[in-house]
Amino acid sequence: MVLTLSPAVLHRIRLHAAEAYPEECCGLLLGAEGEGGKEIRDVARMGNAREESRTRRFLISPEDYARGEALAAAQGLGVMGFYHSHPDHPARPSQFDLEHAWPWCSYVIASVENRVPTAVKSWVLKEDRSGFDEEIIESLEPVASPRVRAGGA
Amino acid sequence: MATRVLIPTPLRAYTEKKDALLLEGNTVGELLAALTTAYVPLKRHLYDDAGALRSFVNVYVNDEDIRYLQKEETRVTEADTVSIIPSIAGGRS
Repeated sequence: MVLTLSPAVLHRIRLHAAEAYPEECCGLLLGAEGEGGKEIRDVARMGNAREESRTRRFLISPEDYARGEALAAAQGLGVMGFYHSHPDHPARPSQFDLEHAWPWCSYVIASVENRVPTAVKSWVLKEDRSGFDEEIIESLEPVASPRVRAGGA
Repeated sequence: MATRVLIPTPLRAYTEKKDALLLEGNTVGELLAALTTAYVPLKRHLYDDAGALRSFVNVYVNDEDIRYLQKEETRVTEADTVSIIPSIAGGRS
């Protein structure tokens, strides 16, 4: 399957990842499902509800999820999946990601190294929950990296 | 007696795209059993291998989390609405 993201959406995910560094960021992917895959038209930033281990874990509370889904529906969109960042870590799902994954959803992971966004990849849980399949990200045009200073403040 | 159960987006691929179902049962557990009997592949995503609801699956009766009621033994009537609402968790390690 293909996940279509506009360059503006991709930029917003990478910017959020850079801003949240060294903590993990998270949010909802809002869009619609087409014949070839999901098309993401917007993202909704979510607060990381974790109180500890925020540099390696994130949590979107059910209350925030429900508010996000209602917001999406009001725009005629649906929750197609989620994004989060992996600070100083590759953009591939961890065992913890696997244990907590919902089916069907796209899980976009943005790697950010020393506050500089790097790889962005998308993953979908296998039906038997044994792992993830990588999803091709199609962006409509090339996108520049967000202009975030390396090395932190 | 049928109770309305709201299905979140991630699970609608299993429920013929329906966002709400009328299911028979006197308790939340019975409603969820009816749901996973009607849509068998849902079971592994809602329950772990030990048969417990997964930690990131939240079930509400009206606005009350069943963890603060009688969990899956919480009784329901046709006047109630049951919602399955995801928590989304993950992280690099």
